[in-house]
Amino acid sequence: MAAERKTKLSKNLLRMKFMQRGLDSETKKQLEEEEKKIISEEHWYLDLPELKEKESFIIEEQSFLLCEDLLYGRMSFRGFNPEVEKLMLQMNAKNKAEEVEEQTVELDVSDEEMARRYETLVGTIGKKFAKKRDRAIYEEDENGDIKPIKAKKMFLKPQD
Amino acid sequence: MAEAVGVAADSLAGCRARAARTALDQVVLPGEELLLPEQDDGEGPGGAGERPLRLNAAARSRGRVVCGPGLRRCGDRLLVTKCGRLRHKEPGSGSGGGVYWVDSQQKRYVPVKGDHVIGIVTAKSGDIFKVDVGGSEPASLSYLAFEGATKRNRPNVQVGDLIYGQFVVANKDMEPEMVCIDSCGRANGMGVIGQDGLLFKVTLGLIRKLLAPDCEILQEVGKLYPLEIVFGMNGRIWVKAKTIQQTLILANILEACEHMTADQRKQIFSRLAES
Repeated sequence: MAAERKTKLSKNLLRMKFMQRGLDSETKKQLEEEEKKIISEEHWYLDLPELKEKESFIIEEQSFLLCEDLLYGRMSFRGFNPEVEKLMLQMNAKNKAEEVEEQTVELDVSDEEMARRYETLVGTIGKKFAKKRDRAIYEEDENGDIKPIKAKKMFLKPQD
Repeated sequence: MAEAVGVAADSLAGCRARAARTALDQVVLPGEELLLPEQDDGEGPGGAGERPLRLNAAARSRGRVVCGPGLRRCGDRLLVTKCGRLRHKEPGSGSGGGVYWVDSQQKRYVPVKGDHVIGIVTAKSGDIFKVDVGGSEPASLSYLAFEGATKRNRPNVQVGDLIYGQFVVANKDMEPEMVCIDSCGRANGMGVIGQDGLLFKVTLGLIRKLLAPDCEILQEVGKLYPLEIVFGMNGRIWVKAKTIQQTLILANILEACEHMTADQRKQIFSRLAES
């Protein structure tokens, strides 16, 4: 029944959107495939045997940096330019370490001092958010150090 | 084995082709083809060492070989394009196959990406500086490519200044571009080179020789008197010392040390140390 009707309508008409809305998915797929076939037949192609793309494992580089380990180009000797001498140590060490290690950054504040500050910082910030009852925990000593935290007063269930 | 391979290769290529391994540290001439050695030891019966490369699983299991300056890829082989000594570097960490290159000598510099060079500012046009690096074209250097440079805070660069920078774009199709910062935005010693001092030109091979990690010349020079040197891979060296005479002595030493033997050099240094 559908086939008879289709033979009368042209293919271009059938390809139009309003005709496709009523179709099943299967017939839609068939139509798509037919369209693709039409396109691929019209497509030009070279009638040559398929050339295998050669996987080249040789990489061309024009730079000498890969070949030889060269030192850093700026140099200073016997303290003529202290900044360049620092740079020399930094850059040449980087080459030797293969850029794996991070250089020890010169710290303005040492690690110990940082740890000490954090220790007290926790207390001061904690005090800010502590309720009135808990503020007793944060009472400071004469030295200004925070006393060790005592056990919190919790509800004690009376023993029978 | 190598001869048999050579004969086979002759019939194919019509020119002498030898294994790269046998040619290491020997003089090679342009036009020679080099065969890469098999790196799998367990491959093939009898351990036939050098064989023309074939596309099969064995070939692919070998690491990537890098062909450096002076060599080109020609099919599966390396074609020599400059005359010099063939060098090889083993792969340091894992991936590899190593690097092959030709240690040649030349005075003319060709810009290469990543090289640190000394350039002379020749023109300021709009937002970029034109810097002469000794290549076929002046390189362009944007004024934003300095550490801490913004549109309002322009770097203090005048025509005639010396710049130490590196190339970001350098190929035969485009104008070379250089910058004075690294990928993180830090200067790392690049930028305008200071006042005074002397700039002179040497061969490219000498620069590489002086920048080698175990260079004795620099160690001896460093003991003479306080000084500062900047090496550009384009064959330019800038030196500065406390007095003009010391600077000139230094420049003469560096220019002459290319052709001196170690003994002559030591004589000259000992004479200088006395005076």
